[in-house]
Amino acid sequence: MAVLLLAEHDLGALSPAMGRLVSAAARLGGEIDLLVAGQNAALVGEQAARLPGVGRVLTAPGVPMTAETLVPLLERLASNYSHLVAPAATLGRDIMPRLAARLDLMPVTDVVAIHGPDRFDRPIYAGNAIETVHSAQSRQILTLRASAFGPAPLAPPAVAPIEAVEGGPAEPLVQLLATHRTESDRPDLATARIVVSGGVALGSAEGFRLIERLAEKLGAAVGATRAAVDAGYAPNDWQVGQTGKIIAPELYIAIGISGALQHLAGIQGAKTIVAINRDPEAPLMKLADYRLAGDLFDVVPALIEALG
Amino acid sequence: MVPGFGASTLLRADHELWTDIAAAELAAGPAIWQAAAGSRDFAPVKKILVAVKRVVDHNVRIRVRDDGSGVETDNVRLSMNPFDRHAVEAAVQLAEKGQAEEIVVVSIGPKGATDVILSALAMGAHRGVLIETDAALETLAVAKLLAALAGEEGPDLVLLGKQAVDDDSSHVGQMLAGLLDWPQATFASGIEVAGDGLKITREVDFGRVEVGLSLPAVVTADLRLNTPRNAALPMVMKARQKPLAARPAEAFGVDLVPRLVVERVASPRARAAGETVADIATLARIIVDKAAETELG
Repeated sequence: MAVLLLAEHDLGALSPAMGRLVSAAARLGGEIDLLVAGQNAALVGEQAARLPGVGRVLTAPGVPMTAETLVPLLERLASNYSHLVAPAATLGRDIMPRLAARLDLMPVTDVVAIHGPDRFDRPIYAGNAIETVHSAQSRQILTLRASAFGPAPLAPPAVAPIEAVEGGPAEPLVQLLATHRTESDRPDLATARIVVSGGVALGSAEGFRLIERLAEKLGAAVGATRAAVDAGYAPNDWQVGQTGKIIAPELYIAIGISGALQHLAGIQGAKTIVAINRDPEAPLMKLADYRLAGDLFDVVPALIEALG
Repeated sequence: MVPGFGASTLLRADHELWTDIAAAELAAGPAIWQAAAGSRDFAPVKKILVAVKRVVDHNVRIRVRDDGSGVETDNVRLSMNPFDRHAVEAAVQLAEKGQAEEIVVVSIGPKGATDVILSALAMGAHRGVLIETDAALETLAVAKLLAALAGEEGPDLVLLGKQAVDDDSSHVGQMLAGLLDWPQATFASGIEVAGDGLKITREVDFGRVEVGLSLPAVVTADLRLNTPRNAALPMVMKARQKPLAARPAEAFGVDLVPRLVVERVASPRARAAGETVADIATLARIIVDKAAETELG
């Protein structure tokens, strides 16, 4: 039994989800190796080596983080592991099914609970049902939802050994042409403890600043509904829901969000939900732990004021 | 050369700076990416295969069976997976621009899945194939059937929805690309023909990326790719005249046996009833308390 966990990183920083994933992966049994690929592999590898619970870090700086280049490397490494695991985010969702098919395995993705090395819970129907699956396959290909697993416990500092691995085809099949990045110094939406979200009721990108101001006050991440993103009030990477990010913050503050099934799918794991909406009958108002009916343009500025 | 992130366009948090600066890699990349779209007189995409799935309609509030055996699908409204509608629309738009010639739409399922093929034909696809089975297939088996069909049909492009809203797996496109050893672009919110290939905008965790794909390739559609059309009645009538072949899944000679055992399907835990807060001051106090709790972990 041994686990290979694919590290997610961006701009030279290891994703904050990885600490949670290492402690979740410990429930699978066996040593945990972390694979860090891509340009900044050496730099990120140093950070990965300090995560409690990591046995060994493998760095593959010559292998770009695309499906076509990472999958051959993972195929080559697979025979050493009982479990090949990635975060259930863009990268893992892109790569792991392709890897599974190449290995003739059925993956189990978006895992929200681990009952043992071969038994997992995953949500279906936008989280309105949870299925428990058992896999008798020789090897498990998994993606884990970081938000479903708690933060890593504190552990004495340790540094895992780092080894470089070669691999990957010389010519990528897919050419990266440009990236468009939403710059923000707020916490990572997927793992934030507090999230403030806005809906289409904000009326404009300018109106959406109100959500951002409240988030800044609370040190929170900012989320948005699909309708708000479609309307251009918020960038796509803020979208929370079945088709966007699935989050489970300690505190979720929903402002001007009626609560379509697809949005509720993204927040079911939230511990406390606060809703502010003009319509007291809106589905999200009914679901909320605390609700205040009122015009958001009156309530939110007053709330920011009251928070000091 | 390894594509780098040196050419990032930084967006301010107020996201008003969605600029489209061509990356430095573009200039340094293969000539095909520099060719202007539409500068040639033949369709670069000869054939598109679009895969569509019939699912419980996304507006239906599903019910988990009391015995834990699954989700009730009898007597509920079924329709085409919403993401697949975007895939069909993308294919039809390419054909309308003269950038694709033939659109073959395929669905895998029982005879009733013919409905979603007809919907796609009414939107503008040319020909349909139903791979017929009453079994609930896993995504791996679906991908294998599609790979077998792709082997027969020889499409330049396979378009699918990025996920199906019933199992929410988001597997099939990536699996198919892996089985065919083709490049893939998942979660697409933009598709353009560029020279002999495609320029795809993908929605990713930190924003968007644009990638160049050589053909043949697999692309999975996200919701912001386009606005799917509602087929007018004459198109619906015409769809019934279009060729539609039904073939048993067994005829493709691929392993359809499930690998996973679904032991139980349960409802998510219900939330406790909430309370109505009297005023803003009380709400502020609650938020401060809850925010303080999060800091204690």
